[in-house]
Amino acid sequence: MEQVIANGLYLGAQYALIALGLTLIFALMNILNFAHGQLYVLGGFVTYTIYGQLELPFVVALFAAAVTLAVIGAFIERFLFRTVIKRSIREESTMLLAAGLAFFLDAVILLIFGEKQRGVPKLINGIFNWDFRLVMPYDRILIGFLAILSIVTFVLYMQYSKTGRAMRALAQDRVAAQLMGVNVERYSMIGFALGAMLAGVVGGLLVTITGVNSGIGGPISIKAFMMVMIGGAGVISGAIAGGFILGMMESVGLTVLHSYGDITYLVIFASLMVFLSIRPQGLMGKPWG
Amino acid sequence: MTRTTKIVGTAVFLALVLVGIPAFITVSERWDLYYTLTSVALLSIASGGVWLTFYIGRINIGQGAYALMGGYVSAILVVKYGVSFWLTLPLAGLFCAAASVLIGLPILRLRGVYFAMVTLVLTEVARLLMLALPITNGAKGITNIPLPGAVKIFGLTLIPDFATLSNVRPAFYYLSVILMIVSFAVLYRLVNSRLGKLCRSLQQNEELASSIGVNISYLRIIAYVISSFLGGIGGAIFGAISQSVYPSSFTIVDSINFMLNCFLGGLGYVFGPILGTFVLYFGWDLLFETGRFQLLIFSTVLIGLILALPNGVLSLRFNKALWGSSGRE
Repeated sequence: MEQVIANGLYLGAQYALIALGLTLIFALMNILNFAHGQLYVLGGFVTYTIYGQLELPFVVALFAAAVTLAVIGAFIERFLFRTVIKRSIREESTMLLAAGLAFFLDAVILLIFGEKQRGVPKLINGIFNWDFRLVMPYDRILIGFLAILSIVTFVLYMQYSKTGRAMRALAQDRVAAQLMGVNVERYSMIGFALGAMLAGVVGGLLVTITGVNSGIGGPISIKAFMMVMIGGAGVISGAIAGGFILGMMESVGLTVLHSYGDITYLVIFASLMVFLSIRPQGLMGKPWG
Repeated sequence: MTRTTKIVGTAVFLALVLVGIPAFITVSERWDLYYTLTSVALLSIASGGVWLTFYIGRINIGQGAYALMGGYVSAILVVKYGVSFWLTLPLAGLFCAAASVLIGLPILRLRGVYFAMVTLVLTEVARLLMLALPITNGAKGITNIPLPGAVKIFGLTLIPDFATLSNVRPAFYYLSVILMIVSFAVLYRLVNSRLGKLCRSLQQNEELASSIGVNISYLRIIAYVISSFLGGIGGAIFGAISQSVYPSSFTIVDSINFMLNCFLGGLGYVFGPILGTFVLYFGWDLLFETGRFQLLIFSTVLIGLILALPNGVLSLRFNKALWGSSGRE
């Protein structure tokens, strides 16, 4: 039992961090970023190249992944999404662009990094063992801790910094924020960069545990969508809650439903649909926000 | 457009797809084109369904689920119960329509990205369900589906047995294209009827429509049912052509592609999905020569196209009519 909960918390911390980036982008610009999983993969590969190939310290690699993804995110917002939002009559056109972008990043990742599963050396060796009731490798504990630290930093940043306040204002009401003198375009770009950066950071963290391969972008995006739906789209606390709930459900499901075969995800998906039909806006979302 | 140009345009299109293209293929002996064009026709039927849900203001990324369902219903009926393919085709559509009522009732209450995300999840649910159910044969799928048999009424052969044909490709081509024409004729009629106008009111403002007395939940279900019916039929024929169906026959990528087809053709035009499917599928096929750069070039062109024409390819021609017909939200 302790093991299941610990696994759930560890998974949940990772998931919450992925969902935060997606929900931030959604809250600021009303874009459903299909390419979020691909950004995650890119972060993983940057870390792999710097930490695994060039053998520089992990901190440097993680920092590089964050910066690279932030720059890429800023470019994507500035040159792609902004243009399309300006020109199209229907807001949904951004989804088309996001899907196209997901294909594009998939292709780029495949061409540059190949299709092999890539892993890096362990950060710390050894396994934490509490009487065989709770067994967890130290590097997982470290990564889980780093993920929670990133979440806390992000929340504090959004809560107390000037940029964070501006972005929250933007998420609440774009027009009102603009009237109060918030530079909407600038903060949209920063927000997108920040969202992409979060995806890159998780990719960089998780490459040390699960490794990375070019095909996991799509499935990651879908998981992120689910977490955002559970918590409510565009709500930061919702994304965190959604991440932990999904992590816990996966951990419990894999243990309990093990004997029935490979149906954990079917059960999770099905119960999500039932949940959403009862509470369409998720746990904490505003109705039709 | 005036009435005459409409009739002339339709006649030209029909002559092209029913006579022109087969003649061209026979002369040039590019038999592979039949398969490509059949796929385009089938995919555009399913995309037409997605387009209809766009028409009521919902972003539908779940068409893959119904295509998969239709494929399986037809395959199971043909293989396990020996039902004629021609009977399973409407049955597959009806099964999907019935399923979509059950699924649609709760999820059609969702809007915007919520509906988009839930339908995306639906595609994944369908795939996992086909993997888990005992009747679908799991990951191995259903293979060796026999070709469609003959249809006879009073000894008169209406449709010959596909297995006896020397070349089955033109037969599937005609089947798919005729179905595509019928589907889009129905869609066109629907959109230009009273029901279509009501759907348009839903797209713009559901509360307002509801306050005037439009039964919005009924309309939503009707549109979604028709959409799923088309998806099911498309999937069923796909199964018959490839003579097999697997849980991975229609996945999330297919669902996203159905949506892209509609966007690319333009959401304001009934025939947008045909053009969108044609451009996307042919573009992808043409790039086959480029090997490993296929996806890169394809997606780059796609992004370029979206940047240049965010309102769809058809918006090039009807730039003025656009404001009147699709309306600004």
